[in-house]
Amino acid sequence: MNSGTSNLSALSQPILEFRNVNVHYGAIHALKGVSLKVETGKIVTLVGANGAGKSTTLRAISGLLKPSSGDVLFRGQSIAGQRTDRIVALGISQAPEGRGIFANMTVAENLELGAYLRKDKEEIENDRAHVFELFPRVKERLWQSAGTLSGGEQQMLAIGRALMARPSLLLLDEPSLGLAPQIIERIFEIIVKVNRSGTTVLLVEQNALLAMEIAHYALVLETGKVVAEGPSVELSRSPEIRKAYLGED
Amino acid sequence: MTEFLQHIINGLGLGAIYALIALGYTMVFGILQLINFAHGDVYMLGAFIGYYAGRYLGLANVPGLGSLGAALALAMLGAAVAGYLIERFAYRPLRKSPRINVLITAVGVSLLLEFGGQIIFGADPKFFPTLYVPGEPFMIGTLQMNRLQLLVLAISLVLMTGLRTIIFKTKTGRAMRAVSFNHDNAALMGIPVDRIISVTFMLGSALAGAAGILVGLTYPKIDPLMGVMFGLKAFVAAVVGGIGNVTGAVIGALLMGVAESLVIAYWASTYRDALAFGILILILLFKPAGLLGTHRQEKV
Repeated sequence: MNSGTSNLSALSQPILEFRNVNVHYGAIHALKGVSLKVETGKIVTLVGANGAGKSTTLRAISGLLKPSSGDVLFRGQSIAGQRTDRIVALGISQAPEGRGIFANMTVAENLELGAYLRKDKEEIENDRAHVFELFPRVKERLWQSAGTLSGGEQQMLAIGRALMARPSLLLLDEPSLGLAPQIIERIFEIIVKVNRSGTTVLLVEQNALLAMEIAHYALVLETGKVVAEGPSVELSRSPEIRKAYLGED
Repeated sequence: MTEFLQHIINGLGLGAIYALIALGYTMVFGILQLINFAHGDVYMLGAFIGYYAGRYLGLANVPGLGSLGAALALAMLGAAVAGYLIERFAYRPLRKSPRINVLITAVGVSLLLEFGGQIIFGADPKFFPTLYVPGEPFMIGTLQMNRLQLLVLAISLVLMTGLRTIIFKTKTGRAMRAVSFNHDNAALMGIPVDRIISVTFMLGSALAGAAGILVGLTYPKIDPLMGVMFGLKAFVAAVVGGIGNVTGAVIGALLMGVAESLVIAYWASTYRDALAFGILILILLFKPAGLLGTHRQEKV
């Protein structure tokens, strides 16, 4: 199932690469020698059950967790063990697990925090207008306390806020979690739109079927290891994957 | 009635000084969930900086608003540096340790400052130099207004407004609120979390340093242990107001000051300290999170 990747990587440098990354949480060995590549301009999804190590992978990219061994490369440069704010400055932003909204602030303040490292006022204003286009609901709620938003609105705000950093790599952690199907559909449409405008997306999802529908490439994580990977179209057709991860008999 | 109002005014003056210290407790708690026991001692350092500035920089030779301003600036700067060093070298290395370790360290830092202060400054109380000579009290109706007290109130008010502006209107303030809500999510915004924590310590400490000067002006006897009871009461005020809440700290502190002033006037000054803790127990019985405190629930 590894076919296809080698040809691709020969053509262009991956925007993100894990080389045999191990992560420990105290005594727990959360990632066990994970190697992966995210090609520039694609949507890559990381699927797997609860506790497989999906969020850990994202936290290791953003520097919230430091790999105990192995290397994380962004545009060919090692970022393993760097401070999170420096990693964000390189162009990686994350809409974290549980949305990570600052409920003690307004929606507008949340968006401003997304652009924390930027100084280009006019461009920030343009990006904000762009976020409003993608998520009109966020604009309607602008002066409300972010804690009063519904789950779906919070997810939209989390993605919009991440976009305010103008990232080249967008990390999304379970954007479908706890949301109604219509809202999930809308959010996934927007993820595709964001990707088409040039942002590489690494999408972590428990809802594997949905994620593989929009992703170019998929990796399956199981207890801290990559157990399968390939173009989503191929992977989602494989009978054993369907059985194990898509809930089919 | 006049007398009663008089006691209220005195109480507000005292409360405003408690508020300056309570703000530091509440900000540090908000951002690190740490009770910074050394905070009361930073207030003591502020008073001693004012003492030395008054005596050895000659500020006391030319008392007036200029000298007072200079002493305030020096005390705030010195206290901010002390706050920075305490956080950088005592608390930051323990950032990932269990909270109890940090708490014990805080007690240790407090003892270090108190008894280090006794070694360096001497254990005897010292008279705070005269940095400002207030004019004669003036009357509003039958109310006697003490100019020094008004000045202390005004300075406290300016400082508190300044802090509010920083917290709610500036980018740094927004970052402080984000870090106090969640460190990891703040870092994901690109906020340098450690630097923001340093700024928080420095701001809180600067206010405590200013309180040291204001107390020196009004109750001009200072000693290295002066921060113990005064700091503790400011801490109680922060808890009464709802620890972590900036507005709550000010309300709790004013309440504490007024109550103390009334107890001294109508009851007995020996009970003033007992009262602080009486208020604490009473309010926490009915409002366990403090007056403006909320038990925050994080959505998952």
